[in-house]
Amino acid sequence: MTLLVTVFAAAITTAMWYKRQPDGSMKLGILSWMFWGASLMWLIDAIFEYAELGAAYFTPEPADMLNDLFLGLSVIALALIIWIVILLIWDPKGVIKAKLLKKKEQ
Amino acid sequence: MACFLVPMTEAIVTTIAQKVIESKEKKTGMKTVTSADGFTMEKTPFSKKLGWLNKMLWGGSALLAFEHVWHGEVVPYFPFLTAASDPADAAEMLHEMGTAGVAMAAIVTVVWIGMLLVSKSLEKRALKAIPEAK
Repeated sequence: MTLLVTVFAAAITTAMWYKRQPDGSMKLGILSWMFWGASLMWLIDAIFEYAELGAAYFTPEPADMLNDLFLGLSVIALALIIWIVILLIWDPKGVIKAKLLKKKEQ
Repeated sequence: MACFLVPMTEAIVTTIAQKVIESKEKKTGMKTVTSADGFTMEKTPFSKKLGWLNKMLWGGSALLAFEHVWHGEVVPYFPFLTAASDPADAAEMLHEMGTAGVAMAAIVTVVWIGMLLVSKSLEKRALKAIPEAK
């Protein structure tokens, strides 16, 4: 479930990145790379788990599914926080810089 | 248990490599390709392409580290990895790092190599398409 949630997040952010090109001011690429990296790593995790459990891997207990879904959503929240911090520090549109300079002038 | 440490280690190495290559590229200047009819295009520098791998490795291992915190395998106090406090668990952890961890780092690298090949062929195709577009 975590893998599935991350793959959806990766595909959606990649589509959003593509739509906004060539304007890269939102730094959506960072978010997209992050989700794809995590998806590939969780894919390996899933392969190893499948090798261990066999077909039972596809029929998880509802409680495990809910926990994995909760984890997947928390992972997305964390990735969004990392992305927003990078965006604000990088400040490609100079919004933060303009705000700070405005305050200085007062 | 601690499989994310393997791609994280690779991320450290590739980040250092990227910085070194980037400084070398700045010294040598931007590489350009010229088509048969004399049209010149700027090539995407290798350091930028290495940046794709860095972002996947750092992002992936950060999110995986969070998953390990979620499952109580990584803790904010010494020895930080719960498996490290017990020799039997430590052996299992090292085995997992050697199998799943290495496979995770390998798949990300293989996908990146695939992307390098695709981008190279796209660059070539774009260069060929220029005379037709004219």
